[in-house]
Amino acid sequence: MLVLAVTLTIFLIVAGLLLYALIRYRHKNLETYNEPAQIYGSNQIELAWTVVPALIVVMLFLTSSRIILATQDSKKPENAVDVVTIGHQFWWEFRYPKLGVVTANELHVPVSTAADPMPTYLELSSADVDHSFWVPRLAGKTDLIPNRVNTMWIDPEQPGLYLGQCANFCGVQHAKMLLRVYADTPAQFAAWVEQQKKPAVNDPRVAEGRQIFLHSACVNCHTVSGTIANGRFGPDLTHLASRDTIASGAFENTPDNLRKWIDDPDSMKPGSLMPPMHLTDHDLNAVTAYLTTLR
Amino acid sequence: MTTIPIIRDAADEPWVLPDRGTVGMGCLIVAESAIFVIFVVAYIFYMGQSLGGPTPQQVLELPIFTTICLLSSSLTLHWAVAALRKSKVGAFTTWLATTIGLGLIFIVGTGMEWHHLIYVDGLTIRTNLFGTTFYSLVGLHATHVIVGLILLIAALIFSLTGHVSEKHAHRMDVLSLYWHFVDAVWVVVFTVVYVLGR
Amino acid sequence: MADSMSSLPSVETIDLTSHQRPRRLVLEVLHDWVTTVDHKKIGLMYIGYALIFLVVGGVQALVMRIQLAVPHNSFVSPDVFNRLFTMHGTTMVFFMGMPILFGFANYLVPLMIGARDMAFPRLNAFSFWISALGGLLLYYSYIGGSGLYGMGSAPDVGWFAYAPLTMKAFSPGHSTDYWAISLILSGIGSIGTAINIVVTIITMRCPGMTLNRMPLLAWLNLVMASMVFIAVSPLTAAQIMLMLDRYLGSHFFDTQAGGSAVLWIHFFWIFGHPEVYILVLPAFAFMNEIIPVFSRKAIFGYPAMVAASVGIGFISMSVWAHHMFTVGMGAGANVFFVFSSMVIAVPTGIKIFNWLATIWGGKVRFASPMLFSVGFLFQFLIAGLTGIMLAAAPFDWQLNMSYFVVAHFHYVLVGGILFTIFAAFYYWYPKVTGRMMNERLARWHFWMMVIGFHMTFDFMHIPGLLGMPRRIYTYEPGRGWDVWNLIVTIGAFIQAIAIILFVINLIRSYYKGEIAGNDPWDAWTLEWSTASPPPVYNFAITPVVHSRRPLWDIKHPEDPDWNYE
Repeated sequence: MLVLAVTLTIFLIVAGLLLYALIRYRHKNLETYNEPAQIYGSNQIELAWTVVPALIVVMLFLTSSRIILATQDSKKPENAVDVVTIGHQFWWEFRYPKLGVVTANELHVPVSTAADPMPTYLELSSADVDHSFWVPRLAGKTDLIPNRVNTMWIDPEQPGLYLGQCANFCGVQHAKMLLRVYADTPAQFAAWVEQQKKPAVNDPRVAEGRQIFLHSACVNCHTVSGTIANGRFGPDLTHLASRDTIASGAFENTPDNLRKWIDDPDSMKPGSLMPPMHLTDHDLNAVTAYLTTLR
Repeated sequence: MTTIPIIRDAADEPWVLPDRGTVGMGCLIVAESAIFVIFVVAYIFYMGQSLGGPTPQQVLELPIFTTICLLSSSLTLHWAVAALRKSKVGAFTTWLATTIGLGLIFIVGTGMEWHHLIYVDGLTIRTNLFGTTFYSLVGLHATHVIVGLILLIAALIFSLTGHVSEKHAHRMDVLSLYWHFVDAVWVVVFTVVYVLGR
Repeated sequence: MADSMSSLPSVETIDLTSHQRPRRLVLEVLHDWVTTVDHKKIGLMYIGYALIFLVVGGVQALVMRIQLAVPHNSFVSPDVFNRLFTMHGTTMVFFMGMPILFGFANYLVPLMIGARDMAFPRLNAFSFWISALGGLLLYYSYIGGSGLYGMGSAPDVGWFAYAPLTMKAFSPGHSTDYWAISLILSGIGSIGTAINIVVTIITMRCPGMTLNRMPLLAWLNLVMASMVFIAVSPLTAAQIMLMLDRYLGSHFFDTQAGGSAVLWIHFFWIFGHPEVYILVLPAFAFMNEIIPVFSRKAIFGYPAMVAASVGIGFISMSVWAHHMFTVGMGAGANVFFVFSSMVIAVPTGIKIFNWLATIWGGKVRFASPMLFSVGFLFQFLIAGLTGIMLAAAPFDWQLNMSYFVVAHFHYVLVGGILFTIFAAFYYWYPKVTGRMMNERLARWHFWMMVIGFHMTFDFMHIPGLLGMPRRIYTYEPGRGWDVWNLIVTIGAFIQAIAIILFVINLIRSYYKGEIAGNDPWDAWTLEWSTASPPPVYNFAITPVVHSRRPLWDIKHPEDPDWNYE
């Protein structure tokens, strides 16, 4: 706010003077022409308008530095929630090491109020190219860079859904690498964690779909805990059906969208790194049905 | 009718400006230095960061002989230009040839070092970070030496065919600035790669 | 408007009227231009080349704006859009901005310092042609080879081409190669021209023109050219490293082998930040010449202006990591770069204040060059202030890589630099062609530019503040960005119309403009003492100067400048 106030004031003063000068000193009488008095400079004036801006700069600098140090060097409280965030082309991997939860694209965090602080500390890295984690209403952005670990923290005060997206160009579908952060009340968060810790639902009604899934190429890239599928290249699907969206927030998580996605991801998100699965219609329906049970 | 006025006037004081060849070569040297600085920074940044493969300590030996050759070639070139200033074209040609010879020894020596590193020690540009930064930095320098040698050989050919005289001394001086620059860069590269890096 | 209110008293004249204008074959004319080493012709070729790319880059911008006018649009596919923003940025910086400013410098510097040509005319020609080759190579990429996603190999990695996206693993086609090689070529051209500018200014000034009496345009080009050596070389070095990584398997930016993606970012911005000052200093140069003439007063505070320009040149080398506040540098580094980035506001502010003081107490004439200068003053002020906002790292943590930054830098580049380029066109066109441009069309151009510019770039700040990142081919509805994007798009089309009017004016005035004479604006620097257009040798007799405004001294022998300097 201070920065805005200062810059706005400077603008009003300088632009005001400029406007005044342009109006007052415009060349009015074209008949009688003589050159105005030539003033070449003034050391005192130069000094004045060097020193005053310099002081303003120092003030803004000190304010910014204070905030930088407060943010970057703040100590992590004991009860902070730890999330390891790994950026991929074009989805987000979230692992909660202390809670034993692995999910993708939709981040659940507890609210953190002044009375009961419980911030979420994100450890950010990347599996491929540069990305950037940006949820504007929660915090500034921090980049995810391969071979490097960055940290940031968020502490939403109000429960609700906060939207964001990748903010560092990472390839064809950078625009669709969306983020959804769900700030839960403590009770909601605990319930969510409980649910996510469980291994995959094993519904006998979709056993056929499960079999097809486990015998297809799917398992090379995806993990479904409690099964032989433990690929790490694509998002963890153990609790896919508990998410609101698929394809990193690009589409609503409906059976229809899911079916189309599995059939040909490129038709929905061209350039996505998941290849078409080339399943027959029957198999496709079975697998889709199976995945929709993975709550 | 299009006319332009002629205003005859006299300057306040005698008017002498720096020479354009020298200033131009100086600018080129600044630009080239900036490129070298970036490669040196990359070298220093990656010192000790290789994930595997040969290390400087294991495979690098101080290239004393080639360094002495290159650095003394600066001296011989300086003598060549001095001789040309005094119209001693014969001495100029001799010293110039010596300079080229010393430069060639440097290049051959570097080539032999690289041959050994590649075929015996197994270090290539793609082996590890050390290989990457070593070959690129030393290679960039060697490229500049080769360019310098080409220019010097051209001057030698002009001299041997009788086209050089005292009035070309200044141009040779400007060229020699480039050669001295290349030598100075070698001092830096030598220090960073062979002394600090090991 | 060629009202020369006072003419130079001439003792002798040389009649340059050609009594016989033989018609030349097209081939002769072409040959002349292709083989010329005359700084004026080379300057005009740079400018013409840049104008073509201005239109091309502008069309790319319009296509992007159509795509972004509404959410979930499908006017172009994602990879086409990604190529568009990469090409738009690369084109506008390297093949529009640099060439047009080099062109003006080439044309004006020798004339303004009383020299006959540049120091190295053949190097001058070589630099132009190799830069031109770079531009052609970049555009050849649209048809050459086949990228992974088809549709040619135009670069699609963003104009700053962050590694490791540019590594073979993530960009297997040739798009990155075209980007790197075309820029290495044009970089060589830039360094060549910069050497020419520096050497010319240092070694070829006419008698009496000490550095202290040199026109500010020459000073600013001197600083700019010196910065080119120090700033463009790191980019060339980094691009060589990139090509080594891609083709020889080296590991400069290969994170799998322990390489660092951040190293590319550092190297790029060590080039990138001084680059934008390289673009802006010649813009300041134009203002330093135009504002005094149209305020009828000498520039206020010449020594301070020189000091500020040199200061900006130096400080700009130390601010680069303000593009990297979100990369995760330590607090100490972030604090340093906040400081240096804010400090650079001081000399920049000094320049604005000095322009204000030049106008103050003057007699302002609002001819077309001055209109654009006034636009520049207000717009550059705003641009500088949004820059200060971004320099505050905590602000930047939110706004980096968002449309706020896009709005900020377009404010500088279009609202600042492009407006000064228009001013320079209107001001020096009479000198180059001997004819005045049409003032009425100029006013239409100006007002349409102002309306379109503000419609686009004022409102563009808002989606940035609301969280819209850069380089996205579409966006979600319901984020609150929709209406602003639509307004931005409409403004872009208004600017396009303005530019069309400008081009019409350029062409029409060549044939139908009022004859200008030597000195239509009643100005004070040496180029106005010779014919319009100047003869190939520039000056019949080498001028001799005794002050910063030699023509003022001649026109006002009762009150020459040297009494005050």
